[in-house]
Amino acid sequence: MKHHCYIGFFEDEHELLSAVGVCRERGIPIVDVVSPFPVHGLDDALGIRPSRLPWVTLFGGAAGLSLGLWFQYWSTAENFPIDVGGKPWDSYPAFVPVAFELTILFAGLSTAFALFVRSFLWPGKKTAPGLEVTTDHRHALILEQRDARFTDSELEQLLHEHGADEIRQEYGDMS
Amino acid sequence: MVESIVEEPLITGDKTPADVTRDVCRPLEGKPTRLWYVGFLLALSTLALGGAAVAYQIKTGIGTWGLNRTVGWGFDITNFVFWVGIGHAGTLISAVLLLFRQKWRTSINRSAEAMTIFAVCCAGIYPLIHMGRPWLCYWVFPYPNTRGPLWVNFRSALLWDVFAIGTYFTISLVFWYIGMVPDLATIRDRATGLKKKIFNFFSLGWRGTARTWSRYETACVLLAALATPLVVSVHSVVSMDFATAVIPGWHTTVFPPYFVIGAVFSGFAMVLTLMIVARKVMRFENYITMKHIHAMCKVLVFTGSIVALAYLTEAFTAWYSGSKYEQFVFLNRMFGPMAWSYWIMVSCNVIAPQLLWIRKIRHSLPAIFVLSIVVNIGMWFERFVIIVTSLHRDFLPSSWSDYVPTLIEFGSLIFGFGLFFTLFLLFCRFLPMIAMSEIKTVLPKRERKQSVDHGEAA
Repeated sequence: MKHHCYIGFFEDEHELLSAVGVCRERGIPIVDVVSPFPVHGLDDALGIRPSRLPWVTLFGGAAGLSLGLWFQYWSTAENFPIDVGGKPWDSYPAFVPVAFELTILFAGLSTAFALFVRSFLWPGKKTAPGLEVTTDHRHALILEQRDARFTDSELEQLLHEHGADEIRQEYGDMS
Repeated sequence: MVESIVEEPLITGDKTPADVTRDVCRPLEGKPTRLWYVGFLLALSTLALGGAAVAYQIKTGIGTWGLNRTVGWGFDITNFVFWVGIGHAGTLISAVLLLFRQKWRTSINRSAEAMTIFAVCCAGIYPLIHMGRPWLCYWVFPYPNTRGPLWVNFRSALLWDVFAIGTYFTISLVFWYIGMVPDLATIRDRATGLKKKIFNFFSLGWRGTARTWSRYETACVLLAALATPLVVSVHSVVSMDFATAVIPGWHTTVFPPYFVIGAVFSGFAMVLTLMIVARKVMRFENYITMKHIHAMCKVLVFTGSIVALAYLTEAFTAWYSGSKYEQFVFLNRMFGPMAWSYWIMVSCNVIAPQLLWIRKIRHSLPAIFVLSIVVNIGMWFERFVIIVTSLHRDFLPSSWSDYVPTLIEFGSLIFGFGLFFTLFLLFCRFLPMIAMSEIKTVLPKRERKQSVDHGEAA
């Protein structure tokens, strides 16, 4: 989708936060905020709901645990039972360490995988040029101009008032 | 972030986020210093020398070591436990201190985690070469085979080790990499040419949008919450290699906590050794300040005291158990033919770190540096004492034996150090040693450009 966007660059995260607050208040659509580091309070200001990643971790962990317990039982008690020091075939206490490690392994890997998939991050993904400074020291607030209620100069002034030290207009895909 | 007016700031030198990027990227963008080259050559030659010893041992066989029928574990397993232990401080700093919201960790977590990964690499070498036929190492995994299929023995502590160390390495690597993605993107955006292409590949197209950051922070906390019990389990499982055996001196229930705290102790000593050198060589004095060094000294004296308590507990239990075999092993440790190793261990691990109570010593970098190396030596000897002194005089006096390590074993000892320092120096040269995106969140508040009060956003 093609946008007509205004990008305001901020040096100070507090100014960014207040600008975000005003935009939300006045109903100006915010395409995105891009930051060099996680800004405390930005989630609330933008109304981002807490991530559902913990569920992935839970299910990944549960899968690892069940796989670990089942496989140890199946291989030691069913598929090829071997008498080790007269211990019972289904010696569950001895299966705890491996089952535990597999729980952690599956939970961790599935969390990482879900993070990358959900955030559309993959090796070698191309990034659009123009926002290099946002991995260094500046925050970018990207506003969309699609509403006749806000004139170009109004948006520009709003960004200026809240301390944006550079304002750019962009036409194109800003994801 | 609430700031105290009494406490010193975490990062000194009035840094802005732009300064942080510049300072941390500097070593990656310029030519390395002469000191780096000297260190790298030294590490590389150590690696080559140790590598030759290891290659000779693999070609000729385990007989090149000084092990015998009584002392079946010696230098090799000592090195293994030593290196696994070193890794633990990295996870403690990156995961446990994240959960406890200890902000000082941000300056050192990246390099401490790198240390963890390299230490686990070194640790993995030793059981591998101890197999004698390391090309058959895949036998430790339960894979379908034509021998039944014959599965691995899930009731063996040695197999638990395979899973514990494997999981530990994987999760540490993932955690380290995820933590580095935003910084790799920073480097990508500054680089040109081939370097840009490489960093573009590994930075996964990271942009740092608000939603991604939100998800990213959740993932980091989740991984930290997973890594915390993991790190405790890893050295517990390593200790069970000993504790599940019936050898007096090994067969004790105190082993898991004793090993875990010893691991943290030795790991922090190694972090101190590395950080004291790195902050100087890489000119990171404003990021790794005396405050960080002090915090690590406190951890060292705390864990050192628990280690001392563990030694006392062990000795007390041996006496109180009434088991004459247990009592003999401890008397033999303290006063037998290998008593020297026991007393090296006690003086390095119990007495030396207590010097850190003295303010003057805590403020002297050379003194802390020497102490951190002393603790490393002591912790290596701890594993040596546990392994060798429990074995060399066993139940049958007719099979009592001495253990004299061969030159090849010394070679495999320095192989670990060569590999570790080679990897660490490469890391310092090619990857951001300090987590930039995290440091930028703990910078002291700067003067606002405008006098308008925007309200406290903290």
